[in-house]
Amino acid sequence: MADDLITDGSADLGPVTTLATPIRLDFEFTPGIAQSRFLRGLEQGKFMGQRCPSCNQVYVPSRGSCPTDGVPTTEDVLLANVGTVTTYCVVNVPFAGQSIEIPYICAQVLLDGANVSFMGLIQEIPTDQIRMGMRVEAVWVDESDLTPSLASVRYFRPTGEPDADYDTYKEYL
Amino acid sequence: MADSEVLHAEHRLEYPYSRSTGPIIGAFLTGLRDGKFFGATGTDGTIIVPPTEYDPITSDDVGELVEVGPGGVIESWAWVSNPLRKHPRATPFAWALIRLDGAGTAMLHAVDAAGPDDLATGTRVTAKFRPVAERTGSMSDIEAFVVEGGAA
Repeated sequence: MADDLITDGSADLGPVTTLATPIRLDFEFTPGIAQSRFLRGLEQGKFMGQRCPSCNQVYVPSRGSCPTDGVPTTEDVLLANVGTVTTYCVVNVPFAGQSIEIPYICAQVLLDGANVSFMGLIQEIPTDQIRMGMRVEAVWVDESDLTPSLASVRYFRPTGEPDADYDTYKEYL
Repeated sequence: MADSEVLHAEHRLEYPYSRSTGPIIGAFLTGLRDGKFFGATGTDGTIIVPPTEYDPITSDDVGELVEVGPGGVIESWAWVSNPLRKHPRATPFAWALIRLDGAGTAMLHAVDAAGPDDLATGTRVTAKFRPVAERTGSMSDIEAFVVEGGAA
């Protein structure tokens, strides 16, 4: 065995035992007209949705057409800054790349006036007090920091209103 | 809505994997960091470069590691006129299968040459390593291969 030929590297570095092999996909993302409108709304601190002219469902964010009826959603709808927690998850497990201190609450929020919920972070409440039906409001970044991105929404927090009746959101679970 | 109001954004999806090299490839990469090439001895005595942990034909464990190169011969090549962002060089270069002196297999790497007229199957090339401080123990520790005796 020609061990004398095998280098162990310098004393400082030691032998190579691992290799960084990042897998990377670079996209150019074009959200399209409908989602651009939603994102432009976020830039102004507003939730913008669209209504289906056939079934009257309001989607947020809208993809520009109704997934049920297949027709364009042309009517823009300004949604409320408040909504209802339909379901939630308390995250207790740390993972690589985590940017929020655990434990934290990830919830589906049904904004008033919308017919689909979307995912939001819930803060300003102990994690063991979150519940289905809780009324929450969006907390936005400072006006100067608003961007056309969901990062403009810092989180949702309880409004203190009484919980919503189960019947008002049972269709959205 | 005017087209100019439709948004565009760069989006990168990346998984930061790291792999264990194992003793054989680890020794090869350690060698690169030291500016040397090592191959593994296969069952029939062929020196496999880059080394595998097992003989690709018999599946036996490979034998001793031996130093090869840094010169070698181009066995096959393709000229890249318009390098992409992912390529190892920003200027036109060749991908080549290079059989290092002492090796029985060819290894893929980039060849830095002025143009395709400087290269042919059988052209002798030699490795140009990056400066010691820039080496990390990876294939990119070899900046490129250059034509032996050429102006590189």
